[in-house]
Amino acid sequence: MNARDEILRRVRAAAAAGPAATAIPRDYDAADGPPGAALADQLVDRLEDYKARVRRCAEPDLAATVASLLPATSTVVAPPGVPAAWLSAHAGATLRDGDPAPLTVADLDAPGVTVVTGCAVAVAETGTLILDASPDQGRRLLTLVPDHHICVVRTSQIAARLPEALRRLPDPTRPLTMISGPSATSDIELNRVEGVHGPRHLDVVITS
Amino acid sequence: MSAAGLPGGTGNIVARLPFPTAAGRELGDRQLRGNLRRATHTIRDKRLRVVGELADWEQLRRAGAAIKDDVLARLPELLERFEAAATAAGATVHWARDAEEACAVVAGLVRGTGAAEVVKVKSMATQEIGLNEALAAVGIDAVETDLAELIVQLADDTPSHILVPAIHYNRTQIRDIFARRMAGIDASALTDDPPALAEAARRHLRARFLSAKVGISGANFAIADSGTLVVVESEGNGRMCLTLPETLISVVGVEKLLPSFRDLEVFLQLLPRSSTGERMNPYTSMWTGVTPGDGPQTVHIVLVDNGRTETLADPVGRQALRCIRCSACLNVCPVYERVGGHAYGSVYPGPIGAILSPQMSRGGANRTLPYASTLCGACFDACPVRIDIPQVLVHLRQSGVDAARGRPSAERTAMRAMSVVMRDRRRYAAALRAARRGAAPLRAVAGRRGTVRRLPWPLSAWTSVRDAPLPPKQTFREWWVDERS
Repeated sequence: MNARDEILRRVRAAAAAGPAATAIPRDYDAADGPPGAALADQLVDRLEDYKARVRRCAEPDLAATVASLLPATSTVVAPPGVPAAWLSAHAGATLRDGDPAPLTVADLDAPGVTVVTGCAVAVAETGTLILDASPDQGRRLLTLVPDHHICVVRTSQIAARLPEALRRLPDPTRPLTMISGPSATSDIELNRVEGVHGPRHLDVVITS
Repeated sequence: MSAAGLPGGTGNIVARLPFPTAAGRELGDRQLRGNLRRATHTIRDKRLRVVGELADWEQLRRAGAAIKDDVLARLPELLERFEAAATAAGATVHWARDAEEACAVVAGLVRGTGAAEVVKVKSMATQEIGLNEALAAVGIDAVETDLAELIVQLADDTPSHILVPAIHYNRTQIRDIFARRMAGIDASALTDDPPALAEAARRHLRARFLSAKVGISGANFAIADSGTLVVVESEGNGRMCLTLPETLISVVGVEKLLPSFRDLEVFLQLLPRSSTGERMNPYTSMWTGVTPGDGPQTVHIVLVDNGRTETLADPVGRQALRCIRCSACLNVCPVYERVGGHAYGSVYPGPIGAILSPQMSRGGANRTLPYASTLCGACFDACPVRIDIPQVLVHLRQSGVDAARGRPSAERTAMRAMSVVMRDRRRYAAALRAARRGAAPLRAVAGRRGTVRRLPWPLSAWTSVRDAPLPPKQTFREWWVDERS
């Protein structure tokens, strides 16, 4: 018997030894939270707690706010769907992924590269940004290899808790990345230390 | 073969030494106990704080337990659904009955790519099957990229904790391991400041990430409906291994399934708060087969049994398969805190290891593991999927005793003698008086708490691991008579 058939035979025999499936109690809080300014406040609090830097600005100030987070010498990398208006106040170079060609790991690993993206949804309670590879978020390596990530979040994209945030994703079979603060580790004496392999600097811009 | 007619698992889940022997050796290491005490107490407080933030924590635990029980009851159907969905999404699904078969499948896949080096995300499944050793045997270098796994690998040591395999080292010891073993490091400039150590790991691994052709991972969850795999991590080493190589091989235990994407709304709340005591871990990656132009273009999934079906066949013990490897039970366990993970002899240490290892494999000294507990119950309270670990420990002890019935045992002989004495009130009172007289000379050597540290043979078997209490000067019955007279 091949491994597949034998394992399935064993699993069938063993599963039958236990109780049949029963209903799942879903009485935990899975409701949509109330939208409002309090959500953005909570998101800011949770992001800062995990050492992300947060700016809030009105829509017309977005380009200036993004530019203020960029050193003048930095190279900006952007996925194809990031609006040009977000980057219009940046004086340095801008590279678009896929225009003309996909960016290479070497392009992204160069010193002074900052990636600017949007997000699919954010979770206020946990300070989490969820990226789903939509055109304004791009391929996964774009937000991984550069040392600095600026993520733009619209207040309408903020969900109160995780169940609501996961429901808002249009297609969960796209590559998904959940980001909660800059790269960190708890491996030394179980204390959290920021800055290992992922971007060591995470800036979040919250705008209407 | 077990009673259920199922073969047990193999690999790094078999204790070579009986637990009391191994524990005795570890207890002699004062530095180890100090390191473990500091780390486990740090994480206990963090966990309690973030768990306390959620008003519906108990409801989430109940939902998590019920979802996992549902998975175990419907495992055959869900495995086939997962295989079909993952295959449709472009992944290739393989099956492995035990550790050797799983290693052979992975080694064959890596050899097929021509790569001589693979980068690895921390994974209990690959630790369990001994993948690194198996790859080394065929000339493939497996590079661990999780900081704690890297520390353990550089030190030629073995993991001692599910989440933080290097929990038994403090920052100064880690600094010394890096200074000694990390190629090209400037040892004189390296301090034991944790950010400096993290920076050293970043530099050490960066070039290997960026040039790796093959990545190897486990998975925290596998979604049956869609064929999606989920990896929960902190450092970004996981994202590197899951995103940059051309080929990705994921080794997944058959019990890792969840029926649908929606179920993650429960588990992605339970896991980070229970494991690192964070509201959310820094990075979680999810991928479904192959995405053209984004990430690995060749994706393999190896589904591993290795003793899981044997565990599933026990209606009481199967709840151990709910485990999501958070390690909260290790961090609250008074036994683990003192002896550390190596004493358990398996990659699964602590309370969960004491019920998981002996069920997955009956080999070696695994039958001693269910006794590695005081049955205090702290593990059950901390478990995010409500595994009643004390219940399973007692169940496994019972099975062990039942299996040995018919063979002579000193304990059973003593219990039979005790039974004769205790069945009769006069015999019992006389025995107590005799015990008190016999113990009188010992009062001189008894400690402040009225206990004796060492008794002569054969009672030394009792006092080798615990103090013996002396009989009280007066029994309750005598006191009662005195009071009323």
